[in-house]
Amino acid sequence: MAKIIIPTPLRKFTDNTSVFETSGGTVQEAIEQLAQAHSGLERHLFDDSRNIRSFIRVYLGEDDINSLEKGATTVSSNAVISIVPAIAGGIN
Amino acid sequence: MSKFSVYISEEAVETINADGIEAFPNECCGFLYGTEAADGSRQITLAVPVSNSKEGDQRRRFEISPLDYLRAEQFALQNDTTLLGVYHSHPNHPAIASEHDLAEAMPYFSYVIVSVMDGEVADLKSWRLRDEEREFLEETVIVNVEV
Repeated sequence: MAKIIIPTPLRKFTDNTSVFETSGGTVQEAIEQLAQAHSGLERHLFDDSRNIRSFIRVYLGEDDINSLEKGATTVSSNAVISIVPAIAGGIN
Repeated sequence: MSKFSVYISEEAVETINADGIEAFPNECCGFLYGTEAADGSRQITLAVPVSNSKEGDQRRRFEISPLDYLRAEQFALQNDTTLLGVYHSHPNHPAIASEHDLAEAMPYFSYVIVSVMDGEVADLKSWRLRDEEREFLEETVIVNVEV
């Protein structure tokens, strides 16, 4: 099965699970499965229109799904999906 | 008294300080790995510098690329450790979390900030978001030699 790597800031919503196995055929289906299994993740992953939130990137292997077919990108059984939060900051 | 405590190995502090000095007058950044106890206290054992990918003024901003971030999570899984946070420097500014830091902060993470004044390390503090609120709490930093 394909795997989704949960970033540490979101693991409090997955009972500290770091890797989620999914049978989703597309990236959108895979992420939806994850959100259904851990309902606390919903509002952190999706906006009100069910789109993945803008400050979250999703990678398939080392490819940004925005450079592929976004949520419709096909997921193979040995794929690794990463949820990547934006990390930035700096002085005022 | 802070709500949170974070123990940082002397070796990790040395890595952070050296990165801050080397990057000066730009901001440096990197990943922090270690373990978390049941009471929420943390032991950071490893700091790993990463490229500041911010396009524009790196003297006032840092950004970590998504690819570097996903590799950091994979490193943690492969090495049975946990990505506990990130560090960055504030060149010629105090180690106080800024409005920009707050706006971009993720929950859970420790945000270690090293203040580098005129090329010398002046201070090091750590910050963590209060649960479910956009407010930073300062963590009590304890530097330990033996880990």
